[in-house]
Amino acid sequence: MLSDILTASVIASAIRLATPYIFAGMGETFGQRSGVLNLGVDGIMLLGAFAAYYAVLETGSLLFGVMAALATGMLMGLVMAFVSVTLQAEQGISGIGLYLFGLGLSDMLYQRLVGTPVHVDGFPRVDIPVLTDLPVLGEIFFNHNFLVYVAFASVPLSAFVLTRTTFGLKIRAVGQNPEAADAMGVNVARIRYFTVIIGGAFSGIAGASLSIALVNFFQGNLTAGKGFIAVALVYFGAWRPYWVMAGTLLFSTVDALQLQIKTLENALNLDIPNELAVMAPYVVTLVALIFASKGVEKPTALTKPFERGE
Amino acid sequence: MSDQSSKPVVPKRIQAVQMNGIVKRFPGVLAVDHVDFELNSGEVHALLGENGAGKSTLMKILYGLYNLDDGEIVINGNPTSMRSPNHAIQAGIGMIHQHFMLVPSLTVAENIALGMRSSRGMLLDLDVVSARIRELSELYGLEVQPEAPIWQLAVGEQQRVEILRALYREASLLILDEPTAVLTPQEVDDLFRILGQMRDDGHSLVFISHKLHEVLAISNRITVLRDGRLVDTIPADTATKQLLAQMMVGREVVMRYEHAARESGESRLKLDSVSALSNRGDLGLRQVTLDVRAGEIVGVAGVSGNGQHELAQVIAGLRPSAEGKVWLEGQDVTSSSPAKLNTLGLSHIPEERMLDGIVKDFSVAENLVLQDFARKPYAWGMFLRFGMIARKCKQYIREYEIKTPSHETPTKSLSGGNIQKLVLARELSRQPRVLIAAQPTRGVDIGATEYIHHRLLEARDSGTAILLISEDLDEILALADRIVVMYEGQIVGEVSREDADVGTLGLMMAGATVAKAPNISENVIK
Ligand SMILES: Nc1ncnc2c1ncn2[C@@H]1O[C@H](COP(=O)(O)OP(=O)(O)OP(=O)(O)O)[C@@H](O)[C@H]1O
Ligand SMILES: [Mg+2]
Repeated sequence: MLSDILTASVIASAIRLATPYIFAGMGETFGQRSGVLNLGVDGIMLLGAFAAYYAVLETGSLLFGVMAALATGMLMGLVMAFVSVTLQAEQGISGIGLYLFGLGLSDMLYQRLVGTPVHVDGFPRVDIPVLTDLPVLGEIFFNHNFLVYVAFASVPLSAFVLTRTTFGLKIRAVGQNPEAADAMGVNVARIRYFTVIIGGAFSGIAGASLSIALVNFFQGNLTAGKGFIAVALVYFGAWRPYWVMAGTLLFSTVDALQLQIKTLENALNLDIPNELAVMAPYVVTLVALIFASKGVEKPTALTKPFERGE
Repeated sequence: MSDQSSKPVVPKRIQAVQMNGIVKRFPGVLAVDHVDFELNSGEVHALLGENGAGKSTLMKILYGLYNLDDGEIVINGNPTSMRSPNHAIQAGIGMIHQHFMLVPSLTVAENIALGMRSSRGMLLDLDVVSARIRELSELYGLEVQPEAPIWQLAVGEQQRVEILRALYREASLLILDEPTAVLTPQEVDDLFRILGQMRDDGHSLVFISHKLHEVLAISNRITVLRDGRLVDTIPADTATKQLLAQMMVGREVVMRYEHAARESGESRLKLDSVSALSNRGDLGLRQVTLDVRAGEIVGVAGVSGNGQHELAQVIAGLRPSAEGKVWLEGQDVTSSSPAKLNTLGLSHIPEERMLDGIVKDFSVAENLVLQDFARKPYAWGMFLRFGMIARKCKQYIREYEIKTPSHETPTKSLSGGNIQKLVLARELSRQPRVLIAAQPTRGVDIGATEYIHHRLLEARDSGTAILLISEDLDEILALADRIVVMYEGQIVGEVSREDADVGTLGLMMAGATVAKAPNISENVIK
């Protein structure tokens, strides 16, 4: 019976749906590990999504699209870093400000520059010889667009950077005890600039993964709050790339399932109110991750600006 | 194995340092006022002074943590600016801070590798780091586990990590800001051996301490500061304790107290075979039975990390007990919340004052009323009475001689010893029924130690039951009516004041079985 519900196509679509969350979540993990909470992820995603969409619309080049998203994201990251690290503003508030800015600006630019909904040719599915043709597995794992693979590759990469490199060690130290890191000669502000800008780049590409890979168009508030969910997934995933990925997959699987609510109802012989179904991914992920993240220590300096003694 | 592979750290870089006419101002305080300080290679130079005299500030200037307002730093004849710790580290300066600078969630090796160039470029080389740590720890007899996370280590071990880190970075000048405050006598001996070895290798060392005998034992020269000004620099062999105390405080200090024998009253605090887990997850406290009566001071002696920390925390409601019962004035308070214990009249002077004693970012006044702000006389229903709070706080600041520009100053900018005085003022002024005092004079200057000791005895005489946990045997011998000794989480012996002597206590602390010690009451060891 489970196989009736969890069909290969549901799992494959769950994997696709996870892409923007995974990008945004990895980026946010870097920032939060170093002590900066960026609530503006969703705004950056919107701007990144628009930039990618517009670049592809104008030039037809997917490479340009990706570059535009990356550049926009990094620029927004720089703004966030300046406000929260240099000006030491309250992080929650400045993140919300960044979100509203991105929401408004992306919509305005879209109205001015495009106006009517036009589809673009986004990233096509990649055909991998042999693998794509495998029964079931081929459909689930080897039938996606390029950015999906990049997203999942970024997870081990992020984990590797955080745990195995000198840069990652500095990030972790700065997020736990910036005074100690500073006393050991680590430039706390510089590390935080790096992580927030990296986070911005990830958010930008997260937006692009929507507008030029998943849906291939743009509209106002295209992300519909996905960036905020990514922030929550980072919290509940306890700031660890693999856990964040696991939480994201759980979320997107339930999401993919509820999109097929009719099939589900038939299979289980139930009548599920639509509202409940829409809530399901949030509730299930929340519960699962609350249990999973028990007893994990969060970066103790999260949201705290650092300033030396005087 | 150690002849070729493990080379000792032989620094050559810093031969001489002069700090000339150093001035440092903070809002409302002239912390350092035209101070000259000099240090040569192969020398231990001690820095003495009361709490808030400016010792840490002067050294943080040398380490680049504070920028100086006036004056110059000259290294090997060249004027040098120290704009950040990075500059100081490049110049070969290391500092072990009064409050350790370690990242608790990281391992020993990670803490030492932090900020260092890796032999593998961008990749961490923790195995290489660990190997070098092992080499150095063998060479200097500093025992540590490179893979252990910091939060699992006792303070003494954490300090070893700090020293290893300085050695690892090949610092040729090492500043030690009150390194012995948290160490046991044995550990101090070890530290002095290591410092001696480092001096002989050509390191220059700055040693800050409030313990005069230590300063006399280790240093070549001694500089005394008072209120941010230089009193004098003298060679150690011309110094005596009296002279130094006189120079620091400006008056004579007598460390001898009236300790009138006193009938102890009813039982106030009772522990019945209490056990508790330590941070590492093993049984840090094992079957401890204890009775503290009104009007007596029970001293808990023992080498740090033998369960004293867990004992204090279990009583104060900060750590759950695994088994056994705690009674406060006949009421079962096992695993009660600190708030409840508070209202029942329990006060706690915690060992980790920066962590458990204060809220760093609160003002002095806010910290002084931290537990009682919602009660009379500080509150009127749901309203705070700021006038009353200010008045009371000013009184405490005066009485306990807390050095602070005002009661509104953020607490984190006070000197270490003054933070301790603040915690004491708060806890003692509540006139508690039971007081747990863990290392109450750690990091406190001699004048203030004398004052605190008087206060503790006063509290005892007015009927408070006091559990005094201290690694300073002199302090315990001076204050306690009864002494229990802890070893590996257990109480291994009890001695009354009259029968106590340093020899037997020392043996018991080192784990010698109690058969030798004649004064064990039956209820402790069954
Ligand atoms: N970051 C700071 N901001 C404001 N005032 C400070 C700061 N650091 C120190 N002070 C003030 O400067 C004075 C000297 O402090 P310092 O920490 O140097 O004293 P200390 O001699 O090390 O004392 P202790 O023995 O208690 O550690 C104190 O009055 C303290 O309140
Ligand atoms: Mg100090």
